[in-house]
Amino acid sequence: MALVLATTREKEKTEMRAALCETLVDLAASREDIVYLDADLFGSSGMRPFARAYPDRAYDIGIAEANMIGVAAGLSAVGMTPFVHSFGPFATRRCFDQLFLSVAYGRNTVNVIGSDPGVTAQYNGGTHMPFEDVGILRTVPTAVIVEPSDTTMLRSVVRELSEKRGLHYIRLKRKTAVKIYEEGTTFTVGKGITVREGSDVTLIAAGILVDEALTAAEQLALEGISARVIDMFTIKPIDAGLIRQAAAETGAIVTCENHSVIGGLGSAVAEVLVQGDPVPMEMVGVRDEFGEVGTEGYLKERFGLTAAVIAEKARAVLARKK
Amino acid sequence: MELAQQKQVKIFATRIRIETLKALGHLGFGHLGGSLSIADLLAVLYSGEMKVDPANPDWPDRDYLVCSKGHAGPGIYATLALRGFFPMEELLTINQGGTHLPSHCDHRLTPGIDMTTGSLGQGSSLAVGVALGKRIQHKDNTTYLILGDGEIQEGQVWEAASFAAQQKLDGLIAFVDWNKKQLDGYIADINDFSNIAERFAAFGWDAVTVDGHDVAAISDAIHHAKTMDDGRPHCIVLDTVKGKGCSFVSEAENNHHVNIIPEQLAAGLAELEAELAELEAE
Repeated sequence: MALVLATTREKEKTEMRAALCETLVDLAASREDIVYLDADLFGSSGMRPFARAYPDRAYDIGIAEANMIGVAAGLSAVGMTPFVHSFGPFATRRCFDQLFLSVAYGRNTVNVIGSDPGVTAQYNGGTHMPFEDVGILRTVPTAVIVEPSDTTMLRSVVRELSEKRGLHYIRLKRKTAVKIYEEGTTFTVGKGITVREGSDVTLIAAGILVDEALTAAEQLALEGISARVIDMFTIKPIDAGLIRQAAAETGAIVTCENHSVIGGLGSAVAEVLVQGDPVPMEMVGVRDEFGEVGTEGYLKERFGLTAAVIAEKARAVLARKK
Repeated sequence: MELAQQKQVKIFATRIRIETLKALGHLGFGHLGGSLSIADLLAVLYSGEMKVDPANPDWPDRDYLVCSKGHAGPGIYATLALRGFFPMEELLTINQGGTHLPSHCDHRLTPGIDMTTGSLGQGSSLAVGVALGKRIQHKDNTTYLILGDGEIQEGQVWEAASFAAQQKLDGLIAFVDWNKKQLDGYIADINDFSNIAERFAAFGWDAVTVDGHDVAAISDAIHHAKTMDDGRPHCIVLDTVKGKGCSFVSEAENNHHVNIIPEQLAAGLAELEAELAELEAE
């Protein structure tokens, strides 16, 4: 596995949605099975170039997410590989039974893109701000859940998932992400990535909190604390081996997620730890609250999803470490 | 449909009823009412109307059938076994642990079952997806969908109906088993969905109502749908009797899911065997 980290972590020039569109347009050129469905959000998903390139493989279902999931499952039954999109809450909780039964239980294949995860929903507010989508889908047998942290990872993960069968959920920040990886990095769904070595504590993060965790690790280093950072971009199936190794080698864990601490990455990590050799663990995430409107910066502060909070939790977990 | 063929299809329908009753009678309970009401439709579809190959159930160029009222699985299993998709003996395993024949249709388990259903309404979108996929792939298959009349209370049916019309999916034929009853009683007393053909027509479909126990009428409606060329998807409402062919089921007040005692099984089989003998003597 190759890892090439960005030398400076800055906002990328390309939006995540643009990278997704480019990847699907490129894939569809050689793959006649690739088809894209949206539920009245072509304007938001940035997929109009795909529709222009492949008008007979792009469908606007209208405002009917349950039907979109079912149609996609039906398409897969005759050999198509559908990608579908809605905002995270409507791509998951709005059509959970369809995802469960028509897709996963029925052994069909749908790549579900749920956009604007957690606080990245910003001005759409609490109605559109999913802190529960990962928790909902983790209960579905065989479902795969990924949360790519930048465009380099996104392009790789989309290509990999397009070749696999089953229910796949891609938790996608639509707009610009912070660059974590350079070209040349290889990604494998199901394998976490150690983006910073460390020996005192491990910060396990996903999505927009990978950058925050790296910033926290830099702060902690100034205090003489050596923090390992793992980008756990595949939340299901979780990389249990990497978690156990981090627990054994660093003896303390802090999880960092743009999601409720109930049911998400933190829960998944805890489930692994308590069934092995547990070590002290703290969780950074949303504490059983609904979302609200605001900028991403405001909301990160509001819900405690910042490097400062991660560092604070790291100090707290170190104090508990024997 | 010629008279000689009509006779054969009627005999097939009666055999489907007999095998369904035997299988659920062996178990002692089941969704008999809604399996018996669609036996005539199944007999028409599996007498050559649908492109299928019992020796190769996953043949990619087959016509797909989505039975969205998934609880009618036992009726379809009887049909598939009679057509040779799997051995007749398997019918007696319905709902036993480890069976390939669960109470609701499951593509993973049963040869010849094209789609997993059981949460009502979902089969409508699945069938629309199949029909759309066939069109994208430039295949001229017909996609068949079976809906219950209670099932169409689900909003997803109408999301799918609207989208199918928008996409002009004229390769899609939906049947509604209008047997007038749902689990809790008469549909008209619960959430009345009468005027089914008119509702589908209002959604942009070609829609007709026929006698759902008249195999010639069903066959004619399918042929008429296939010859139309105006882009509309097709709805054929089947006017049926829930439990048709077995008096102890059709006359029961609540006949969605019934218990079957040995005396009822014997009486039901006698009734159907007599019908079969009469048909064969014609």
